[in-house]
Amino acid sequence: MPQNIPIVENILNANDRLAEENFTRIESAGVFSINLMASPGAGKTSLIEQTLPLLKDKLRVAVIDGDIATSIDADRAAKAGAQAAIQINTGGDCHLDAVMLRGALEKLEMDQFDLLIVENVGNLVCPASFKLGTHKSILIASVPEGDDKPYKYPGMYRGVDALVINKIDLLPYVPFRMDYFERGVQVLNPNVKTFPLSCRTGEGLDVWVEWLIQSVMRNP
Amino acid sequence: MHELSVTESLLKIALQHAEKANAKRVTDLHIVMGDLATMVDDSIQFYWDIIAKKTIAEGARLHFRRVPAELQCMTCFEKYSPKRDELICPQCGGVGAKIIAGEEFALESIDVD
Repeated sequence: MPQNIPIVENILNANDRLAEENFTRIESAGVFSINLMASPGAGKTSLIEQTLPLLKDKLRVAVIDGDIATSIDADRAAKAGAQAAIQINTGGDCHLDAVMLRGALEKLEMDQFDLLIVENVGNLVCPASFKLGTHKSILIASVPEGDDKPYKYPGMYRGVDALVINKIDLLPYVPFRMDYFERGVQVLNPNVKTFPLSCRTGEGLDVWVEWLIQSVMRNP
Repeated sequence: MHELSVTESLLKIALQHAEKANAKRVTDLHIVMGDLATMVDDSIQFYWDIIAKKTIAEGARLHFRRVPAELQCMTCFEKYSPKRDELICPQCGGVGAKIIAGEEFALESIDVD
């Protein structure tokens, strides 16, 4: 007999539950973790490469890299000084999810690290919908992408805890209105912490690295 | 593109509940989807037709109830629907609005035989 079964279940519940388990696992090892998201080419791997040498002898860092294919990014992270670098190949998926992160976490001895950097797949849409279970979500915007991105990708901009604005050395050469960009960010996420910097010249990296170190210290 | 993994979750939830009710067939799924949920219903339908094959939910119709975005200004507490590229409060120009509707993405109910 036909009948209607009420459900009202959040479709992403299964992922969210796993993300909580991941968080517990990371947290109980005393590790501080970040999920780095950005469009392809914004500078996720470059930021990791520039950050790791500045953390040398201060923090033990593990990097988990998500990409559709290849281990190029994990190799770059290992070369830059990550104590462990694990590549996840999503095989076509446009984002990391909590299941994939769990698989990668199992390969790490978590209590060997202070900081875990998860580099998501380059994409400004999908990763925003899938919690991983990290402490903080961080978005890297970059100047050549254009100043309209907060307006076009509100889902990504409103859900992050910190915003890195990379490639500021290019500001004199591209039409990027910082006030228009910042207004878009402000409306969606007024308390977000921003770090304008350049991975190429090194400008602003010190503030970003200091924030990372402080965040790790504050994490019990 | 993330619609594939989302559609897989949808199928899993529907089948779980259908099984619990000893249903022979799932005929309809009622999904609520906010305008801010960054999901494309056509794309979910496309994947659904493929992955639901050879399950008791094969051929089930997907019904999407759209929920428009609604924000509330945290300065003057005006409620408003955001415009395409301006999200500031139309009344006081305040920023940092709270989203009160539009992020929903849930399976509300299923019809079974």
